[in-house]
Amino acid sequence: MKLLTHNLLSSHVRGVGPRGFPLRLQATEVRISPVEFNPDFVARMIPKVEWAALLEAADTLHLVEVPKEPIQGYEHDERFLRKMHHVLLEVDVLEGTLQCPESGRLFPISRGIPNMLLSDEETET
Amino acid sequence: MAAPRRVDVLVPSAASWDRVGEAAEGESTRVARTQPESRRSIAMDSNHQSNYKLSKTEKKFLRKQIKARHTLLRHEGIETVSYATQSLIVANGGLGNRVSRNQLLPVLEKCGLVDALLMPPNKPYSFVRYKTVEESKKAYDTLNGKEIVDDLGQKIILYLNFVEKAQWKELGLQALPPGLMVIEDIISSEDEKMLLESVNWTEDTDNQNFQKSLKHRRVKHFGYEFHYENNHVDKDKPLPGGLPDICDSILEKWLKEGFIKHKPDQLTVNQYEPGHGIPAHVDTHSAFEDEIVSLSLGSEIVMDFKHPDGVTVPVMLPCRSLLVMTGESRYLWTHGITPRKFDTVQASRGHKSGIITGDVEDLTLSKRGIRTSFTFRKVRQTPCNCSYPLVCDSQMKETSTSFPESDKEASQLEQEYVHQVYEEIARHFSSTRHTPWPHIVEFLKALPSGSLVADIGCGNGKYLGINKELYMIGCDRSQNLVDICREKHYQAFVCDALAVPIRSGSCDACISIAVIHHFATAKRRVAALQELVRLLRPGGKALIYVWAMEQEYNNNKSKYLKENRISQEKKEEISNDTSVQELLVKQMPDVGNQDSAPSVPSINDFQDRGYNSRKVTNSKLPIHTNRTSFHSQDLLVPWHLKENPGKGKSIEPFGPLGSHDPGPVFHRYYHVFCEGEMEAACQTLSNISILQSYYDQGNWCVILQKV
Repeated sequence: MKLLTHNLLSSHVRGVGPRGFPLRLQATEVRISPVEFNPDFVARMIPKVEWAALLEAADTLHLVEVPKEPIQGYEHDERFLRKMHHVLLEVDVLEGTLQCPESGRLFPISRGIPNMLLSDEETET
Repeated sequence: MAAPRRVDVLVPSAASWDRVGEAAEGESTRVARTQPESRRSIAMDSNHQSNYKLSKTEKKFLRKQIKARHTLLRHEGIETVSYATQSLIVANGGLGNRVSRNQLLPVLEKCGLVDALLMPPNKPYSFVRYKTVEESKKAYDTLNGKEIVDDLGQKIILYLNFVEKAQWKELGLQALPPGLMVIEDIISSEDEKMLLESVNWTEDTDNQNFQKSLKHRRVKHFGYEFHYENNHVDKDKPLPGGLPDICDSILEKWLKEGFIKHKPDQLTVNQYEPGHGIPAHVDTHSAFEDEIVSLSLGSEIVMDFKHPDGVTVPVMLPCRSLLVMTGESRYLWTHGITPRKFDTVQASRGHKSGIITGDVEDLTLSKRGIRTSFTFRKVRQTPCNCSYPLVCDSQMKETSTSFPESDKEASQLEQEYVHQVYEEIARHFSSTRHTPWPHIVEFLKALPSGSLVADIGCGNGKYLGINKELYMIGCDRSQNLVDICREKHYQAFVCDALAVPIRSGSCDACISIAVIHHFATAKRRVAALQELVRLLRPGGKALIYVWAMEQEYNNNKSKYLKENRISQEKKEEISNDTSVQELLVKQMPDVGNQDSAPSVPSINDFQDRGYNSRKVTNSKLPIHTNRTSFHSQDLLVPWHLKENPGKGKSIEPFGPLGSHDPGPVFHRYYHVFCEGEMEAACQTLSNISILQSYYDQGNWCVILQKV
């Protein structure tokens, strides 16, 4: 699971609503999988990212320091884009858990795959 | 990805070698069926031929060649001969096998000068005549077992046998719709005259026997009035006077002679002038009993019968003949008269009843006269319980309310007949899903670079890598399928499409391909749509594909159906009282299918009857016969599991019986969508607009936008 994917995931346990985001990440195995750098692509991703969630996730993984917010004129700042490229697309969480910040429900990540399946009881309205 | 595999070719099913279970997505698979009896006869026949030692391959080809010969004789009435002649029949090299003339001819010409190549329509064979016997012998020797490539790039093996003459005529294989009968000269000319004179067309409409001049014909009712507004009769309001007395003795006679089984109590008299007609229709099931008979007076006419599959059978109804429709012909086939002044008829048959075939050398025109028909029906007092629920007004209402009864039941059904099945068949399923669908690719390629896209129900992830300029994430209910996505280095996770763990409004686009038809209630299908829309940002688009009830649209059969053209003969075999379950066992070709891509290798399922009913016994759902049109919107579609797809040797269906183990059969639940149903479901959502809706190879498709 890449951190950009993590940035999109949210707990969907019944009743938690927007408070299910962001999922707390705990990783026991992380791999860096090189991805070809495409500055335009990364620049387009930046405004779609929930920055606080990314900061938190990067922090728990003890990754390179992510700026508190996207820097001015980041579209043309290759150093910044390369850093974000690495954080968003190359960091791959293989083993660990995701935890719903509201209900505490844990979702396992195994072989890079988060299992977000809930039981009927957890989703019933 | 699985290495291309091929299962052997010759399928002596009924009248043709149905190409079944073909994998259009790169895999060529055909099924053969063997029966112990034919195997024995092959062995006997080959005895006198194998004086010298044959290699294993040669033996195999010989066996198949002989088998082809038997099949031709048994099912097509084509006799092959054991001595060399100028002419050969080329089994598997036919238009019905999608082998075209320009593919076959060069192959044949390599052996000598081809005098003629006859390729009958829809047949899995053709005839070739060479200039000399030597050339045809050469072809016989060199082309038997030859592999050629058909229209779709799939391999086909040819089997040749000598025939006395290369000739083709319609052998009258096209059959009347099951349950249909035409009895000629059922009444005398005197009775005809009497009946015609008994109808007074000049009476006023306020007369008790209701008369109307419809757009294309004149009509009059007796016994009960037939209401064209709702195609029904008012059962509580019989017309005074009943049927005309003159009919009584005639009906009694028909009953006595066994032409009809029930005495009718309703009569509709129609008068058609040249140029008049009646639209194709099925008489309302709940209004009338099974047997419907129609007497043609004054002039003959050609009536068109049409099966929902699209097969049309024009039938000549001679003057003074009685048309009897029962069973399938009454309940499933439509009948109608094309408004025109001339009918195309067969010259050689004169004014005899029967099918008008497409024999170009024997067609002529017949000028229509004024035809008056007396259609007798018996008003039905109880709901219809025929075997065609799809077209049955009595049963349609019933099924829509009774199934399934609660959300919990629906969820359990999905659990057993969708989730568990995909988990079990994941590897095999994935091995059959390689080729992305062009319109879906188009949608993904048209999205702006840098779009975030979610594929909800991504299966093996075949759309996740289509456009490198997108950030795509996929999810599926099946862990095993998601594992496959991950092996391909895609971003994927496990979840249910009713509860997707993606934050609201985050996606620029979503796709839902062949997913929503797996939800068992209308409410759940709408909930799945709603969940999809929730993920979209305002302005974001979703593309949705579901399997269509209509596997034929605008006169085009879907690929799914094309993979298995059922011959007319076989249709006849399927009698009206055959239940769906029986069909499954009797009929054959089977192929699992998810998104109606004609893509799944199939396995001979003759031997796996034991599996068929294993899990399904408690379910009221009909089991679909693969590669046929649907007869119910809610159904179970069989999947024949092949273990270790892509590994090991190809299956040899002609091998010794029991030499391969047919895999287990799984049944997946589907709700197939009718035209407009998906749009209607989308329109229940308040925050979307439908940008586009279309039909694509047996699927209904909608592109919607969040507003």
